[in-house]
Amino acid sequence: MADIVVDQEEKVVKPAPVEEKEPLFGAKERKLIVDPLNDNNPVTVQVLGICSALAVTSLVVPSVVMSIAVVFVCTFSSLITSILRNYIPKSVRLIAQLIIIATLVTIVELALRAINFPIYRQLAVYIGLIITNCIVMGRLEAFAMANKPWRSMVDGFGNGLGYGAILIIVAVIRELFGKGSLMGIPIIGQSNDQVSYIINTHPDTGISWLSWYANNNLMVLPAAAMFVIGVLIWVQRAYNRKLIDIS
Amino acid sequence: MESTKSIVIFIGIMTGLVAVGLTAMRQSTNPIAKKNEDVFNKRAILSSVKDYLEKPLADYSDDEVLNIFESDVKQYALDMNGNVLSEDPGIADEIDMAKESKKPEGERILPLYVYNSDAGTFYILSVRGRGLWDAIWGTVALKEDLVTVAGASFDHAGETPGLGAEIKDNPVFAAQFSDKKIFDYNGEYKAVIVRKGGARNPVYEVDGISGATVTADGVTEMLQRGMKYYEAYLSPLRGDAKSDVKG
Repeated sequence: MADIVVDQEEKVVKPAPVEEKEPLFGAKERKLIVDPLNDNNPVTVQVLGICSALAVTSLVVPSVVMSIAVVFVCTFSSLITSILRNYIPKSVRLIAQLIIIATLVTIVELALRAINFPIYRQLAVYIGLIITNCIVMGRLEAFAMANKPWRSMVDGFGNGLGYGAILIIVAVIRELFGKGSLMGIPIIGQSNDQVSYIINTHPDTGISWLSWYANNNLMVLPAAAMFVIGVLIWVQRAYNRKLIDIS
Repeated sequence: MESTKSIVIFIGIMTGLVAVGLTAMRQSTNPIAKKNEDVFNKRAILSSVKDYLEKPLADYSDDEVLNIFESDVKQYALDMNGNVLSEDPGIADEIDMAKESKKPEGERILPLYVYNSDAGTFYILSVRGRGLWDAIWGTVALKEDLVTVAGASFDHAGETPGLGAEIKDNPVFAAQFSDKKIFDYNGEYKAVIVRKGGARNPVYEVDGISGATVTADGVTEMLQRGMKYYEAYLSPLRGDAKSDVKG
């Protein structure tokens, strides 16, 4: 008899803690990371962060560095803002968020200056401009100020990733068709004394039937990033029916 | 609502913490960053004699670059009348071309690097001018005869990627300067001219960059003016070598 009673008690007690304790990485966290990659991409759906997407994407390496920087800033500014969310006075919350973002951006800048100086020189202005990137502040205002630290951090990470993914896709297209190289490795173009491409299209020394191919200098210009992002938005909407009529 | 006092205290503490943290980080990374910048500048200088180095410039480690400067490069500071102001090691590194270009022409101090390698002696001159958007600068190496260019390298603050920025990004542009003469066959001083629509005189002209006329003209102006500054010092050394030029 006594055994049965204990069993019943256990059954009654059990459901309560399960409801409160959610898994560390459950369906909600998954959605926070996957959503910004496609359905709610900060660049192609919300059309935020376009300025830096135009400026840094002519080469892959700076784009990768920029993506890492934004992921870092986005993740940790969300975490810190969320931890402080109950202490930040409402009337100065934008100032407080700005201090958090600016601090993290300065950390990135100092670290980059010590780790890879040539890339720091190439990106210097744009790293500083992460402070004004609407994606970062948008996530702080919309999510981190109202959610718990862990979930905010995941959300920031997801949005940084969504931005970085577009940045790298655009950079791959622009560098390959504009300069004929990927991450500085020459892939396709007319070889000369200075550069030898893997696919050489020089009419005399390379593949002669490809000699019509020339690298398109337009791709290197900032305007090309606009076209490429435009085409990406079009392609994304063509297969993702959910996005039609969203904006 | 929060009181004004508590808001001021909150923001004050936050800014104070951030300021202390970032200053500490900057102080601790500064020596590394300084060294990186030094190596970056020295690589740019060596890049003008890269055809005469034992291996490709990118294969040199940072320490090897510093070693070359320590053992094989003599540095001079010159005034505009051709007098040597100082021969101390590292004196040319300390000259800030951006500051010098703001002084009146007669008072400027010129850095000169003399590189003694197995391939001969090279006189490396620094020049600075204006492109389309912002400053451009470069180094030009002269061979022992002080008439023939051994090579050149350029950099810029903000020229358009794909157009004006090609002076740095496109190795073919800088490679054209090798073996140009800075005098025509009458012994008249020409420096090196970047010619829109293609070089007309192969002795002292190089091809321009399509779409970047202003930057190319800026390079021409920078070389004609900047290299002339060194003439007061170089022409006594040169003697009448320029009469040998055939063009």
